[in-house]
Amino acid sequence: MASKVIHAIYNDDDLLLQGVKQVREARYHIGEIYTPMPVHGLDKAMGLAPTRLAITSFLYGLVGFAVSIAMMNFIMIEDWPQDIGGKPSFSFLENLPAFVPIMFELTVFFAAHLMVITFYMRSKLWPFKKAENPDVRTTDDMFLMEVDVANNNVEELTKFLYDTGAAEIKLIDNK
Amino acid sequence: MYTLSSKLKLTAIIFMIVGAIGLVIGFLQAPSNLDDVKEIIAAEGHHGETSHHEEAEANFADAEQGVVNDAHAADSHDAEHLEHKLHQLQNKPWAAVYVAAFFFFMISLGALAFYALQYASQAGWSPVLFRVMEAISAYIVPGGIIMFVLLALSGFHLNHLFVWMDPEVVAHDEIIQNKTAYLNVPFFLIRAAIFLGGWFLFRHFLVKNSRKLDEATDNAYFKKNFKLSAGFLVFFLVSESMMSWDWIMSLDPHWFSTLFGWYVFSSMFVSGITVIALVSIYLKSRGYLPFVNNSHIHDLAKFMFGISIFWTYLWFSQFMLIWYSNIPEEVVYFISRIENYSLPFFGMVALNFLFPLLVLMNSDFKRMNWFVVMTGIIILVGHYLDVFTMVMPATVGESWFIGLPEISAVFFFGGLFTFVIFNALTKAPLLAKRNPYIKESEHFHY
Repeated sequence: MASKVIHAIYNDDDLLLQGVKQVREARYHIGEIYTPMPVHGLDKAMGLAPTRLAITSFLYGLVGFAVSIAMMNFIMIEDWPQDIGGKPSFSFLENLPAFVPIMFELTVFFAAHLMVITFYMRSKLWPFKKAENPDVRTTDDMFLMEVDVANNNVEELTKFLYDTGAAEIKLIDNK
Repeated sequence: MYTLSSKLKLTAIIFMIVGAIGLVIGFLQAPSNLDDVKEIIAAEGHHGETSHHEEAEANFADAEQGVVNDAHAADSHDAEHLEHKLHQLQNKPWAAVYVAAFFFFMISLGALAFYALQYASQAGWSPVLFRVMEAISAYIVPGGIIMFVLLALSGFHLNHLFVWMDPEVVAHDEIIQNKTAYLNVPFFLIRAAIFLGGWFLFRHFLVKNSRKLDEATDNAYFKKNFKLSAGFLVFFLVSESMMSWDWIMSLDPHWFSTLFGWYVFSSMFVSGITVIALVSIYLKSRGYLPFVNNSHIHDLAKFMFGISIFWTYLWFSQFMLIWYSNIPEEVVYFISRIENYSLPFFGMVALNFLFPLLVLMNSDFKRMNWFVVMTGIIILVGHYLDVFTMVMPATVGESWFIGLPEISAVFFFGGLFTFVIFNALTKAPLLAKRNPYIKESEHFHY
């Protein structure tokens, strides 16, 4: 990537959010933003497409629900029929109340775990991955906005970012 | 300031009149002696074919009331069955009134609890809705007085909703005898008076302070309401729990469930929140609440969604433990519901759980008024059925039917409820303008 970017560092999430809105209004392009904690409304302010993670979570939940039904029908009814609470009816439907907590748990288990794994994959995160954040302070108390310089005047852009309340501005030249 | 439109007023009054007429007819149609019951059974024309089934039920219902009938000969069974049916049909219009009166009363009580919760948690999003909540809670005064009158009428034996109030039954029933220290009419009415009096007082001062805060120069009234709300919530959770044992659980005096108070609470809470959302959407559509945006509706819908699931959790927990252990004394409660009430009993789970779960799961749907209104109506129907299946099996048994008295009672109390809450809305400006969180609430966005 042979492009110039400016790293503007803010020390307050409200300032960052305002800055993002101003930068976008001025038609500069924001590459990425690094924050120490989730900033509420930042995705909307940046104009990111709404996440589809919730839909995947719903689908994973359905998978978990189906797995729990198939699993318990096999274990408790077909393979080794069991006397459930003194009700040896050997019927899935008649013993359904006993299975409901497990269905619920597996639905939640599948939805939660697979959603997290999906999130890691989409964010390209895995164990032993080298950190990508350009400034370690973004893991502490600083908010970093990466603005593409592109064809804009660096001086002007710097001045503009300074006016939005950036505490620190750095020009990074990626060769 | 909101002004009660004459159209709304007229609609509410028409509902009340139609409901009142229907109720009078319902009471007149109730059989007064055994001959009437014979006619009704002949008209229904199902006696012969289902006699075995009904006999079993009669036995079961007698056992529930603690009368041991083993010695009775089979031929006396018919007369006994008629007598039993007579009592059920005589109870039916009373039970219909009782269900509807309690349903609308619990909505306003749920809204009051929600209101107090906003103060106690110092919520920043909700103060724009405070006046709506205050107005809905206004119904606890007339609704509570009606409930008290109904309970007092039961206590004076004008109806037989509560079997433990009948000295004849208690004389033959050891289980109820052991409970008479708690379950006796004077103490029962004193408790009801304490609960209602407490709720009226807390509501009165909460609303009074909220109005005074509008004109105040400092936040003293807000702090007062904070403390008052915290006090109310403590009083409410204890009194509401006992109220649900007294007013509903004691209809089946042999049976008890330790989470019953929570179960009734979840029902009233979700109904109250739903009505807050419906009234807010209605007022906004008439242009009265310009400061309420779709994020407020979104939050209310989240509560509707969450508390619906909470209700299901309690419904199922209560059911599963009793189903699993299968102790005759406990399980009789669900047997009577599943055998005779399977449609409302399982239907309400679809209405109260599946429907809100699937419709309100999507974040965008929670911001669309018509989705919230549609789900809200379904939730209210579902929770009416919930109260119905809590009250009816013990009072009218297998003779239930959602007919004229039931629908008329809903019309009557629905009309009264609408009239009272919209009339209460006219009493104060719709924006609690001096609330310290009002700015945050107006700017609330998600």
